[in-house]
Amino acid sequence: MTAISDNAAPTDTGIDNPSSHRDGPFSHIAYVLRENPVTLLAFLLFLFIVGCALFGPYLVPYDPLKTSAAHALQPPSADHWFGTDSVGRDVFSRVVVATRLDLSISIAAVGLSFVIGSILGGIAGYWGGWIDSVLNRLLDTIMAFPLFVLAMGIVAAMGNTIENIIYATAIINIPFYARLVRAEVNIRRDAGFVRAAKLAGNTDLRVLIMHIFPNTLPPMMVQISLNMGWAILNAAGLSFIGLGVRPPTPEWGIMVAEGANFIVSGEWWLAVFPGLWLMIAVFTFNLLGDGLRDIFDPRKRT
Amino acid sequence: MKKTTTPNRVRAVTGRIAQTIPVLFGVVVISFLLTRALPGDPAAYFAGAAASEESIQQIRVALGLDKSLPQQFLIYLQDLFQGDLGQSISTGQPVATDLANRLPASLELTLSALLISCGIAIPLGVLAATRPGSAVDHICRVLVTAGVSLPTFFTGILLIYIFYYLLGVAPSPLGRLDFIYIEPDHVTGFYLVDAAIAGDWETWVAALKQLVLPSITLALFTLAPIARMTRAAMLSALSSDYIRTARASGLSDKKILYTHAFRNALLPIVTTLGMVFSFTLGANVLVEKVFAWPGIGSYAVEALVVSDYAAVQGFVLAMAVLFVILNLVIDLMYTAIDPRIGFDSQ
Amino acid sequence: MKTSRRQFLKISGGVVSASMLPFLKSVPAHAAGDDVLVAVTGQTINSLDLHRTGTNRASYQVAINCYDRLVSFGTKDAAGGGLAYDYSIIEPELAESWTVSDDGLTLTFKLKPAAKFWDGAKVTAADVKWSFDRAVSVGGFPTVQMKAGGLLRPDQFEAVDDETFVIKLDKPSKLTIPDLAVPVPFVINSKVAIENATDDDPWAMEYLHKTPAGSGAYKVAKWASGEQIVYERNDDWVGGPLPAYKRVVLREVPSPSTRRALIERGDVQLSFNIPNKDAAELASKVDVFSTPIDNCMHCLCPNTNFEPFQDADVRKALAYAIPYEAIFKTAAYGQGAPLWGGESEINDIAWPRKSPYYTDMDKAREHMAKSKFADGFEVPLSISLGLASWMEPTALLIQESLSQIGIKTEIEKIPGANWRTAVLVEKRLPLHLENFGGWLNTPDYYFFWAYQHGHLFNSSNYMNQEIEDLVNATLHMPVEDPEYAPKIKRMFEIAFEDLPRIPLWQPSLNVAANGSTDYEFWFHRQLDARPLKPV
Repeated sequence: MTAISDNAAPTDTGIDNPSSHRDGPFSHIAYVLRENPVTLLAFLLFLFIVGCALFGPYLVPYDPLKTSAAHALQPPSADHWFGTDSVGRDVFSRVVVATRLDLSISIAAVGLSFVIGSILGGIAGYWGGWIDSVLNRLLDTIMAFPLFVLAMGIVAAMGNTIENIIYATAIINIPFYARLVRAEVNIRRDAGFVRAAKLAGNTDLRVLIMHIFPNTLPPMMVQISLNMGWAILNAAGLSFIGLGVRPPTPEWGIMVAEGANFIVSGEWWLAVFPGLWLMIAVFTFNLLGDGLRDIFDPRKRT
Repeated sequence: MKKTTTPNRVRAVTGRIAQTIPVLFGVVVISFLLTRALPGDPAAYFAGAAASEESIQQIRVALGLDKSLPQQFLIYLQDLFQGDLGQSISTGQPVATDLANRLPASLELTLSALLISCGIAIPLGVLAATRPGSAVDHICRVLVTAGVSLPTFFTGILLIYIFYYLLGVAPSPLGRLDFIYIEPDHVTGFYLVDAAIAGDWETWVAALKQLVLPSITLALFTLAPIARMTRAAMLSALSSDYIRTARASGLSDKKILYTHAFRNALLPIVTTLGMVFSFTLGANVLVEKVFAWPGIGSYAVEALVVSDYAAVQGFVLAMAVLFVILNLVIDLMYTAIDPRIGFDSQ
Repeated sequence: MKTSRRQFLKISGGVVSASMLPFLKSVPAHAAGDDVLVAVTGQTINSLDLHRTGTNRASYQVAINCYDRLVSFGTKDAAGGGLAYDYSIIEPELAESWTVSDDGLTLTFKLKPAAKFWDGAKVTAADVKWSFDRAVSVGGFPTVQMKAGGLLRPDQFEAVDDETFVIKLDKPSKLTIPDLAVPVPFVINSKVAIENATDDDPWAMEYLHKTPAGSGAYKVAKWASGEQIVYERNDDWVGGPLPAYKRVVLREVPSPSTRRALIERGDVQLSFNIPNKDAAELASKVDVFSTPIDNCMHCLCPNTNFEPFQDADVRKALAYAIPYEAIFKTAAYGQGAPLWGGESEINDIAWPRKSPYYTDMDKAREHMAKSKFADGFEVPLSISLGLASWMEPTALLIQESLSQIGIKTEIEKIPGANWRTAVLVEKRLPLHLENFGGWLNTPDYYFFWAYQHGHLFNSSNYMNQEIEDLVNATLHMPVEDPEYAPKIKRMFEIAFEDLPRIPLWQPSLNVAANGSTDYEFWFHRQLDARPLKPV
């Protein structure tokens, strides 16, 4: 859902060049964080999540895969902070350990669609003509699919491995990046600084990569951040349908999806804790997107 | 940059319409290939519990799956041109009938969710835009972001648990109408509209009750993009030259806000709404599953899991047609407003 | 229009067609009156005609509730509460009486003279013949099931006069009469069907798919695939005692938690096929009928196509390594019957029965050490997405246990359409979970499907010549034959020695009732609405 970024509609005037500010980037970031406590919170949460992903597996109290029929479905306690699941695994350990996998899925998927989308969008936006038309039709075709069902179809057809979940998520996101880059490149390709760069003897490719493309990064950063959260939700949705990561690998979406069946019978902790954790992660990425826009948006800098 | 002249625009519009044909063809090809790439043999699945190799082969022939892929594709195209979407094996109905029955259910759910969502998100967005950086702005942001951060199936089950199971205020989550009511006569397929036409307000209220929880679930998820867009569009409108001019000429803040700024912000908001609509329609799969809502989303999931080719293809095509039409309208609006987009002016 | 539609219907009452008949007031279901049953299920009915290609299991209930067969099974008290069908007793349904010739080759049925189809036409032997001809001619599942009872060709069926129907068999079989009581050989109103048949569709598949034409206890008042089916009682039914409920509404609710909330709150009176966990937990709140399914077991199948599983020691190591107790607790929640730790000597012909294996990691390691694969190996453990509710916890526990004896497994979840192909048709899954259940309740029938080479449910590719011969010899042999029991016991011995299927537990079919009683369990595992009564 958040893939529909408000930056998809180019509202900039096309003359911004963020790297030329005299204060330097860091003082500005510090300023934004001071001014905006929510963004500060998002940054702190982000550090926490990255910390979990890096060190979580070494810090958790239990083996996330270790089953114990004797300790199945125990409510949260001092021993098991988030309780245990239907085969007696520690929910807290599984939630923390899953951070790395979920983060990897979203980073890989978003990275992939960012790179491919940028290349396609850059070419189409800069050269235009038939390449642009062909690419536009191609993107339209992908976007005309109901995206979640397309992702489901891809995973169902190729098999439910982590790689395929990443590919599916990447493919359905490519159009958003490609369109964004295309629009941003397109409105700048005749801008003054581009003409100047061309007159100075730069090749088209060099102008595109060195001069125009960096200008598309600020809106892209926002898109990336929003998409990270969306990629996690996408994986969770696939899990709910049963097309997610294979058991017994801990993953938030699967845990929420499986836990959801236990809510009515009173074992709320199975779904609620992974759900909250997942929500915090998605929440962080979404807020981070806003924060990044504040940092990059030149209008707020004056 | 030269202003686009009228004949140019007409040509651009017809051109844009022509462009949708390859898109739809692309969708047809990809959905065909995608369904054929699904693992498993529908013939073996539908042959039933104790099928022999021979009976599976009979079904394969009956379904036309014994032919080569290009042959199957040609037959599919031929049927398509005759308006025949094929027969769903899993529901045993023609796909077109299934879609016609189920699309109104999904549309009703999606539209009411968007209505709720707009009712909350647009005022929130305007409020946030008038006081950027204030506590109100931050609270709005956190609220709508929290909504979009929860998986919809989780929200749905939580709402059922609280409002139906624990509190008992919501009706049983059993689809579009409690079984003690009869469906209103089919006019539009929207129960609220049909019941209103029939003047049957008891059924109308019952249908509304069933709608509340699923549409709130979906609305929570769609708050964020609408609120964000509203805020961004309002901010950019408020900081534009004409607003400054309006301010300088002494117009009241309220008047500026509602007449000038909001009107100018409306286009991107409507655009976002269009996108959110088509996205939600395809993505409410999970909500439909939780609330036993007989929409096209749950239909598609079931069909995909059992490799019901015709049903998946029909669903994808229907969604694509909807999306293409919507997109066409948005694009045409864009070229009309912002001539920077598009190459036709060069 | 002056009167509202609801008022209009109120006035016209019985005159309007059943499908239009509403509930007169908008009152909660439990107060809607004692003659209406509201039930929920997670499955979807996709056709009203069992004979049609692609009709799913859930749809079989239409054949049961809306059509009659010549005969039916008796009723007895079930082990887990409620009632159950009785395989040993055959009762009349459409047939009033029947005789079997001395050579066992000719079966003569006398139809009930009062039997009428819903449209008032008399049920004649010609209708029975047409219906049976259809079942053996349309191919697919109905034809296969007819074959199990030795019913192969239309020329075996003869309508002697209006009320006399004769079946001629090629060889006598104990399975023929029971096979007439399964849902498949139901009797269709052939006049209506033939009127709606076309040259392309001589068996009226398209018509009967949506419009049943039978003589059964219930008519279909309304059917919306994916939403609900509404049955309306046929007050002229002669097949058995008149059902208590005038109207049965069966709603399809995919989410199990929603179904649980509905039954617990009493908004529905019956929840069909509930998960084991709910069955265990709801027992204190509502009536739960948990009936072990006859002739059915959940098992772990090592495929002989996969080299390590050709080694008998590896298979035995598997059988000793399985944590049966933990699986029965976490996957079955104690529902059903344990199938491990039995006596090594086989003294009776009960099936399914406890295997002589039990959890003993030392024995498992001993067998592994003796085998050619003492260093262990890697193998995927496949489960079905559609059956994940029991398969996944089972697979997780097996996976952990096997890792202790050096067998490294990766759990592979396979979606519905692909599962059947992979496990049953191609039989290519090296290690998987499986749960065949035979409709006809004799051990030889189970072995026919699951142990004979090449047969559908023999997903382990098991081949043993002695089993082949024993099954062929016993399949049609009367159970009373003195040779029968020894042969069956020998089959059990081989099955437990060779272990192509390692029994885990006998599953149960769980049904929760809140305000309804006299639920009857059937081998076909579908809801039979006819015996149900309000409390």
